[in-house]
Amino acid sequence: MSVFDGLKFRKVSSPVHNLDPRVKFFFVCVLFVVAVMFVQLLPLLVLFFVPIPFVFVAGVKREWIRSLKGASMLAFIIFFFNFFFNYIYNEYPNIPSASLIEYSVTMTLRFIVMVETFSVFFLTTSPDLLGLALEQSRVPYEFCFAFTTAVRFVPVLAEEAQTIMDAQKSRGLELERGNFLKRIRNYIPILIPLIVSAIRRSLELAEAMESRAWGATKKRTNLYVLKLRKKDYALVLTSIFILILAILVWRFIPIPALNTLLSFS
Amino acid sequence: MIEVTDLSFTYPNGIEALKGVSIAIRNGDFVAIMGQNGAGKTTLVKHFNGLLKPAKGEVLVDGVNTRDVSVANLARKVGFVFQNPDHQLFCETVEDEVAFALKNFGYARNIISRRVNWALNLLGLTQYRKTSPFMLSGGERKRVALASVLAWNPKIVILDEPTIGQDYQQKEKLRQFITQLRAQKKTVVIVTHDVEFVAECNPRVVLMTEGKIVADGRADKILTDYELVTKASLVPPQVTQIFMKLSDLGLPSDVIDVHEARKILLDVLEGS
Repeated sequence: MSVFDGLKFRKVSSPVHNLDPRVKFFFVCVLFVVAVMFVQLLPLLVLFFVPIPFVFVAGVKREWIRSLKGASMLAFIIFFFNFFFNYIYNEYPNIPSASLIEYSVTMTLRFIVMVETFSVFFLTTSPDLLGLALEQSRVPYEFCFAFTTAVRFVPVLAEEAQTIMDAQKSRGLELERGNFLKRIRNYIPILIPLIVSAIRRSLELAEAMESRAWGATKKRTNLYVLKLRKKDYALVLTSIFILILAILVWRFIPIPALNTLLSFS
Repeated sequence: MIEVTDLSFTYPNGIEALKGVSIAIRNGDFVAIMGQNGAGKTTLVKHFNGLLKPAKGEVLVDGVNTRDVSVANLARKVGFVFQNPDHQLFCETVEDEVAFALKNFGYARNIISRRVNWALNLLGLTQYRKTSPFMLSGGERKRVALASVLAWNPKIVILDEPTIGQDYQQKEKLRQFITQLRAQKKTVVIVTHDVEFVAECNPRVVLMTEGKIVADGRADKILTDYELVTKASLVPPQVTQIFMKLSDLGLPSDVIDVHEARKILLDVLEGS
């Protein structure tokens, strides 16, 4: 599951790690919106390069590349489906046109832009900070806690799934045997113990929390308090600038397709 | 017969769990693999039924290289009972649970029902055959897990931490059960921290620390070697500890069996 490796946070300090998580999330949202706004290749190409400086400053190049590699299979599927079905419906007997290829590449690139920004965000934001950000955005504490706990238990669950798979394989279960439906059924002996133990664990966690007086006071205080600093404001301004620029371009400037540009020269 | 030669294994996260382990387990052997947490015990036994494939070196089970066959294939010969029964129980009834592996191995229906009856009877679970395994107590669930593996009568039985969370009576039953398996000429391998349990069984002990085998021999030789045992984060059995501390009475320091200790003590007391 290399896609998820690219989302795993490691505690280090860098200018990007130290940015306010709320601001970072806003930045990611802006890139998302802009990516969805355009269907032309040129702006998405530009967008592709926007998160890259952050990757280098944060020093998470290796993990980031791994997550992109993990997403490459999905990216390929997206390209294939866009290309194949558009071709079948619109251009079938003819040779596929350059604009069709450009469109498929654009859709794929849109997906890649989303993955890369998401990856940078999760690689540089600790789940704790994320929970804190939610809390300070007035999300009820119960939800924040549920969120951080869910994130925190993902690796535990993954490890448990592996153990269960080993146990069932030792009882002669072959996951890769049979036709498509049989293969899905093969996962029942893995899913049931996994779900049962997740439920058991959550009940135990609830008991442990209650015995430590969870929810005893309505008004909670925090050891750390998020405060916007100069560079956070700088990123907010940059995000807003990107958003306005994108809207202006989208509204008023016709974007040429890359293949027409290239055929002129 | 399991032959392990110069086996090394590194997990994907970079932890070197085994560093050049060599060991031979003959048919009919009773081996206890002991050592501290993270010594590589479970990693080693997971190589015996092919769940893990060697990174370096090789593992032969009855002359077959584990790299060449699937886990399902090896499992017929090597039964592996996991530490936590909750990691494998999923059926609606105990009966189905025991039959699961038999169905996977493609046994005929009449053989399956005969084997299920046999295994349930063997572990005293016949009264629960229509019960959901999730309704049973911890010890009973552990027995269901054991029954579900023994049902196909594997030649080699591996038990990972069989005594954890078991009361004394359960442990005693387990011990008798292992004796029974040995009478049937089965090879039994247990992975455990439980010094007292091992002292009672007196098997061959393989001591591991940091991915290497540091000692291999009879339990009464290894568990009474204070330095060796301490190095592996274990303590000698209580009887041995008492005898060690009373060495000025002329008591031997290599006793692990309670009954033997009693006899020696009585002799000493009568002599004085």
